[in-house]
Amino acid sequence: MTTTVVTGLGVIAPTGLGVDDYWKATLEGRNGIAPITKFDASGYPSSLAGQVVGFHAADHLPGRLLPQTDHMTRMALAAAQWAWDDAGLDPAQLPEFSAGVVTASSSGGYEFGERELRNLWAKGASYVSAYQSFAWFYAVNTGQISIRHQMRGPTGVLVSDQAGGADAIAHARRQIRKGARVMLAGGVDSSLCSWGWIAHLASGRVSTADDPRRAYLPFSADARGHVPGEGGALLVLEEETAARARGARIYGVVAGHAATLDPPPGSGRPSTLEAALRGALADADVHPDEVDVVFCDGAAIPELDRIEAAAINAVFGEGAVPVTVPKTMTGRLFSGAVALDAAAALLSIRDGVIPPTINATAAPDLGLDLVTETPRSLPVRIALIVARGIGGFNSALVLRAA
Amino acid sequence: MTRRVVITGIGVIAPGGIGTQAFWNLLTEGRTATRPISLFDASVFRSRIAAEVDFHPEEHGLTAQQARTMDRAAQFAVVATREAMADSGLTIDRPDRVSVVVGSAVGASTSLENQYRLSSDDGQLDPVRYDPAVTDLYRHFVPSSFATDVAWEVGAEGPATVVSTGCTSGLDSVGYAADLVREGIVDAVVVGSTDAPLTPITSACFDAIKATSPRNDTPATASRPFDRTRNGFVLGEGCAMFVIEEREHARARGARIYGELAGYATRSNAYHMTGLRADGHEMAEAIRVALHEARVNPDDIDYINAHGSGTKQNDRHETAAFKKALGSHAYRTPVSSIKSMIGHSLGAIGSIEIAACLLAMRDNIVPPTANLTEPDPECDLDYVPITAREHRVDTVLTVGSGFGGFQSAMVLTTADRRLP
Repeated sequence: MTTTVVTGLGVIAPTGLGVDDYWKATLEGRNGIAPITKFDASGYPSSLAGQVVGFHAADHLPGRLLPQTDHMTRMALAAAQWAWDDAGLDPAQLPEFSAGVVTASSSGGYEFGERELRNLWAKGASYVSAYQSFAWFYAVNTGQISIRHQMRGPTGVLVSDQAGGADAIAHARRQIRKGARVMLAGGVDSSLCSWGWIAHLASGRVSTADDPRRAYLPFSADARGHVPGEGGALLVLEEETAARARGARIYGVVAGHAATLDPPPGSGRPSTLEAALRGALADADVHPDEVDVVFCDGAAIPELDRIEAAAINAVFGEGAVPVTVPKTMTGRLFSGAVALDAAAALLSIRDGVIPPTINATAAPDLGLDLVTETPRSLPVRIALIVARGIGGFNSALVLRAA
Repeated sequence: MTRRVVITGIGVIAPGGIGTQAFWNLLTEGRTATRPISLFDASVFRSRIAAEVDFHPEEHGLTAQQARTMDRAAQFAVVATREAMADSGLTIDRPDRVSVVVGSAVGASTSLENQYRLSSDDGQLDPVRYDPAVTDLYRHFVPSSFATDVAWEVGAEGPATVVSTGCTSGLDSVGYAADLVREGIVDAVVVGSTDAPLTPITSACFDAIKATSPRNDTPATASRPFDRTRNGFVLGEGCAMFVIEEREHARARGARIYGELAGYATRSNAYHMTGLRADGHEMAEAIRVALHEARVNPDDIDYINAHGSGTKQNDRHETAAFKKALGSHAYRTPVSSIKSMIGHSLGAIGSIEIAACLLAMRDNIVPPTANLTEPDPECDLDYVPITAREHRVDTVLTVGSGFGGFQSAMVLTTADRRLP
């Protein structure tokens, strides 16, 4: 079977722009959660978010792209360029149809959409942007990236709430197996605008704490919901032999994936999360004992945390594997979340260090070995990433050293 | 041994009638369902016509709560799923072996716009007002809720997702689902696509780029693919859902098989978010790859279901693509666009067109291109004008083209075909 490796990372996160900034901040345990400055959130019950700071789109993109793109797409285009640079590849120089892109999406270019809805209803139809037809829709990042980098190969856009990033990476691996030379995969997301914010609040899962250090505390006794964030990552995927032939630096292997859907609440049927974890390990041909770290979903809703801890303990044994939720530094990034966790896991493999779950304290009854406060140094060969989305989505991804 | 993927159930909600039979009657009779927009006051818009579905959720078995909390597109998906499941006779006793994949281009845009108006006092409030009593907003915000709705309806617990590649979603969702079966991840998938985009923001954004037809005085004949007088597409809405299965799984339970999902591919033009180059280069490549995956020769294609949106750039683009991919056989193959009758329902239409292809194979009838009375001299293939045609159909090519530059192609065959 074809082996798919990761040879490039483009990261844009509340804690840093680019891989080096992000990873340095992550190992320092820097908290990217802060009061919202992008819009006036003072009137809402929650007003903390993980915002990307210091990103000026005009520094990264040609001017003609600015009027036609949402903030989310601008960040995605920057991350795509960084990923190609990191991989040392220019897809425009490859044979046509050999490079493709799969992104996860959750709410499209929502801030752009809010502005155009306001133009329509406050001013009139003739004030709606000519770019609205494609700046809001869920496929926009895949489309804009394919155009900017002249990628005519297979494309895809998957929406499975916060689990979608894992599905996107797996779908890109499928395209490598079918013969694509190189794929870009992952997700970059943002819906930090007032119209997006009330949708987040409607989920009933956003923390109402106003202390940035106490707001997002997965697996903690005082877990009280999550903090939304923005950003994500894009990964360059290649077939291993081709990557080695060009002397590429290899971060790791996309070794396994599986996804499941939970039954509806009240059905009396159990969560299917454990099956997703076991499925991903089986797909990777990895025994649970071989896994060095689990990057958890970390919903920070007590009931959901219990289900996730139970699934991890059922697969690995209680407290038998270090687990971490670096999302406590960035907030939850929706379609960007898994790809950012994947980047962090690959950097963990590279550097032999597990990033911390800042602010959280593991509730003893959950039986997890949660890496808190400071990074833990140990050799990391295999990482499991767990992702869950509202609506019952479970997805798991196994990454291993090349 | 290769796992082959077959279709065993169809459910359709299309303009002109609810259910697969009503849909097929409309197409084979060459009637059109395009009309003045009634779902909202469209008087301020340049294009005020659409192909609407007459849909009353509670008449189709949805509860009052489902009617109130689910977006119209999600309601379509659940009702069409019920028809597809009943049609296939599939009972799910291994939930982990069944997936759900739903395509949609614009998700719950109708519900989002309605809620925006309430939360902003019609655009006057910025920031918008938060009302804790509105608890349904998140499900509209992230349309993966459509996959959840369908999965919870049928009791599936395998991988679930929404495929949202704009106007090729209807093909891409089914192509994605076929891979899940082929790779052995699951044995069956409830898959299809839905969109209900008829809402002011949709009209406004297509008006802004003059993509939709302003033929407001003659809506019934406004969608004119391949006709010299066409002047844009006519928006539509609808849904088609299918049950697809691994072929031996379907045979073992004695299921009626409509056909095989034999090949599929998608490629990008890497050119423009809304523009197409006239040469059809990338769509031709998608067709070639889909034929290759299907192990079908170009000469074997009996019918091409065109994207046929009714824009000059599309009609010329895909005509060129067919010639490139099929060579001289393109001139001998009937080509038609059902968008001439039921409009362009964005992400849903690709799945609705797959339904039309399966029924064309079942009945050996090619649906027509309605309203094609003055052929565009630049489009010189056999577009089956006005009336349906009896024609042996064993192998079908269906294509889609959409914003983002996406070009998709799928090959469907009869199920008993021997692979070369």
